[in-house]
Amino acid sequence: MGQFLQHLLNMLVLGGTYALLGIGLTLIFGIMNVVNFTHGVLYTFGAYIMFIVVHQLGINFFLALPLAVLAGWLLGAAIELTLLRPLRGSDIDTTMLVMIGAWIAMQSGALWIWGGVAKSVATPFPEAPLVLGPVSVSWLRLFVLAAAAMLIVVTYLLINKTKLGGAMRATFQDRDTALLMGVNVDLIYTSTFAIGSSLAAAAGALLGPVYVIFPQMGDLAAVKAFAIVILGGLGNITGAVIGGFILALAEELGAGYVSSGYRDAMGFLIIIAVLIFKPTGLFARSERVG
Amino acid sequence: MTAPAAALRVEKVAVQFGGLVALSDMNFTVGEGEIVSLIGPNGAGKTTAFNVVTGFLNPTRGAVSYRGTPLNGLKPHQIADLGLIRTFQRTSVFPNDTVFDNLLIGLHRQGRVGLVEAILGLPRARSSQRRLRERAGELVQWVGLERRAHDLAGSLSYGEQRLVGVALALAAEPSMLLLDEPVSGMNASETHTFVQLVRNIRDRGVTILLVEHDMPMVMSVSDRIVVLNYGRIIAEGAPDLIRNDPAVIEAYLGQGATRA
Amino acid sequence: MRLAVALLMVAAFASVPLWLRDPYLMNALITTGIFIIGAMSLNLLLGFTGQLSLGHIAFFGIGAYVSALTSLGFDAGLPFGFRMVHEPWPPIIGFVLAIIVAGFCGYLVGLLSFRVRGAYFVIVTISFAEVVRLVALNWVELTQGPLALTNIPSITIGLPGLGDLTLRTKLQNYYLVLAVAIIAYVLISRLVHSHFGRAMRGLMENETLAVSVGIDVTKTLTLAAVISAGIAGAAGSLYAHYIRIIDPEVFAFINTVTMVIMVITGGKGSLAGPVVGGVIFGLLPVFLRPIMAPEAQWIAYGGVLIVILFVLPRGIVPSLAQRFVRPRKAIETVVPVAFAERDAKEHA
Repeated sequence: MGQFLQHLLNMLVLGGTYALLGIGLTLIFGIMNVVNFTHGVLYTFGAYIMFIVVHQLGINFFLALPLAVLAGWLLGAAIELTLLRPLRGSDIDTTMLVMIGAWIAMQSGALWIWGGVAKSVATPFPEAPLVLGPVSVSWLRLFVLAAAAMLIVVTYLLINKTKLGGAMRATFQDRDTALLMGVNVDLIYTSTFAIGSSLAAAAGALLGPVYVIFPQMGDLAAVKAFAIVILGGLGNITGAVIGGFILALAEELGAGYVSSGYRDAMGFLIIIAVLIFKPTGLFARSERVG
Repeated sequence: MTAPAAALRVEKVAVQFGGLVALSDMNFTVGEGEIVSLIGPNGAGKTTAFNVVTGFLNPTRGAVSYRGTPLNGLKPHQIADLGLIRTFQRTSVFPNDTVFDNLLIGLHRQGRVGLVEAILGLPRARSSQRRLRERAGELVQWVGLERRAHDLAGSLSYGEQRLVGVALALAAEPSMLLLDEPVSGMNASETHTFVQLVRNIRDRGVTILLVEHDMPMVMSVSDRIVVLNYGRIIAEGAPDLIRNDPAVIEAYLGQGATRA
Repeated sequence: MRLAVALLMVAAFASVPLWLRDPYLMNALITTGIFIIGAMSLNLLLGFTGQLSLGHIAFFGIGAYVSALTSLGFDAGLPFGFRMVHEPWPPIIGFVLAIIVAGFCGYLVGLLSFRVRGAYFVIVTISFAEVVRLVALNWVELTQGPLALTNIPSITIGLPGLGDLTLRTKLQNYYLVLAVAIIAYVLISRLVHSHFGRAMRGLMENETLAVSVGIDVTKTLTLAAVISAGIAGAAGSLYAHYIRIIDPEVFAFINTVTMVIMVITGGKGSLAGPVVGGVIFGLLPVFLRPIMAPEAQWIAYGGVLIVILFVLPRGIVPSLAQRFVRPRKAIETVVPVAFAERDAKEHA
């Protein structure tokens, strides 16, 4: 029983960050209909920013997180402006291939600059974990959970309570009508991609210190993001949050009771299973974002 | 005068999208060798009816059958194999292929050779290819697009593309041809050419059903006209009958249309 | 004319071992040739049927593992206490089995592609390849996991009257790869120009229209996937018996991307495209290695893919071919035969 509770706790921590990943991608995939293969690279980017800021610039750990989010936002906006905007209207295959090219180039860039050796980020938390009865959790992971929860709430408020969010939701429902209503669709697309990318960077910045940082870390993260989006339904933020926790649960249980080697296969298996049996996702509320 | 044998039978067809009733209790037949037109004001259900008849939409109730074979549940390519071929209003061609190659693709039903034979380049495969190319050449001439035969279909004018679409349909050797708003967007001269073409196709033994808005064209080409309004048939008969039918006139004038 | 050019190219490729003495370059050419076969097979799905299947390396890798395991033999446990034992068989049988098993996996993917279209199909194919990689990595009893399958025997061909010939030298392997590449090329060419090839094209260009003239989508997609996967499996088998060591990294996504870059740059939907793209991206790393680290090269390759898609989206070969387009026929007024017939009837 104690072991089960431990898995559950791990699942909560992991699920929160997965939810961030998933929300970012579901916004991009849902609103812009772009298969964003650079999402994983943004995750990696967020992690490396943490490394640079904490270790090479010597800045406080708690300040590094917002910086990583901001950096992700800027990189996302840059990608959208240079690569996606000129391709607006091209067929989806071309866009996908361009995204793949960007992914390869950026990941190789990370490999070239920082090398393949994994890096770790020092954190200001005490080494000893917090013990609550049969379970224990490190302070770092508690922080990650809290930060992720906060970011999820902020995103939720952004999408549902602000004008920008309203415009994003309108564009998701019907792009042409939104255009006619005066929505600046170009701006919305750039903002959406930037926000989604910043969430991926946030997830990387949070999980980087928990594990280790290496150039290919984003590959698995990307697949998991897609799995979450497919589970939760395109454009469905609540679905992405739930999907994130479901994936985390599947991974924890799979690793704990089946075999840890296949832990990372969970994401893929979920994708394949859902798309074959229930292509619209578990929560087919695809009519609205939020 | 005996009525022609029924080719297409539409019986008690109804289509509902959630709460919206698009078609209710539709019954009509198209006889072998007839040219029948389906008309009606905007929103009358013509497109829905057309999609049901061509197998691109399953009716909520009722049945469509062609020469005795029910179409319910058949996939579009299986319906094509029965000889029922349709055209499309938009994207009626394969845009990145030449007109000639478009027709070669359309000849799909005729050119079936075993894959192994084709790969090995056996004589049967090669003579089949030759025959297909000849046939494609004939079809190009038949619709008058000879001088555009080797241009990309996507570069043709809208009216020319519709002609390619018809030639494509003919390539599939239809016994019944279903035309989806064939002259929409065409000018008077192109429409006139098209009417001649339709008559000629019928003269070769092909039954024709078309959906159209252009009244003079419909009146001049049809043997019989079926009129839809609000998802049901309100009149049916020869053009002269329809022209003077009060229900039809009201349906059109009542909707603000000026042509009748 | 085209035949003459093709024969010239074949002669040119065949003559290479006669004047190229550098074994390092020979090795590069052989592996390039193997990847070209893989690229040609990807082109069949990507360029001729319009399916962006990004799990293609799975077929290649499956072919490699099947061929290696067939010729090495294995002894692995299955659920419920069963064991799978296999004695080593001649590698040539492994080659055939590789094609069959890979082709079967292609069949599964083809079936899937009908249910799951567009972007989701891409995601599913990537996931499929990754699951295969994880199985290869974790089912250590069968595949040796990251320790790799080693000492894979070279292919042995039985020549009637001359005894067995084991293809161990680079020269022999070069000609083997060249032979398989030529066969694959001719096969794909014949396919593309056949009735079936036109069905693939119709499907790619305008699916609704294709369906309305009787083209069966599932059958066409599935058949294209089977043939494409089978050829990739053959390439994988050649790879296994030439390199003679296979590990799960063969399934890495970057290898699919390599083939994709070869196809897109060379020109998808053209027969020679993958060959041109393959030669460029197979040999470029060899020549760039003294001056650029592999990571830096990949930054460039990613950039090249992007630039090609923006600037030369059809790829090199089709863009060059466009410069030699047949001039249009002289414009003449032609009375459609349809009307001539009607006029004749009316006057009869």
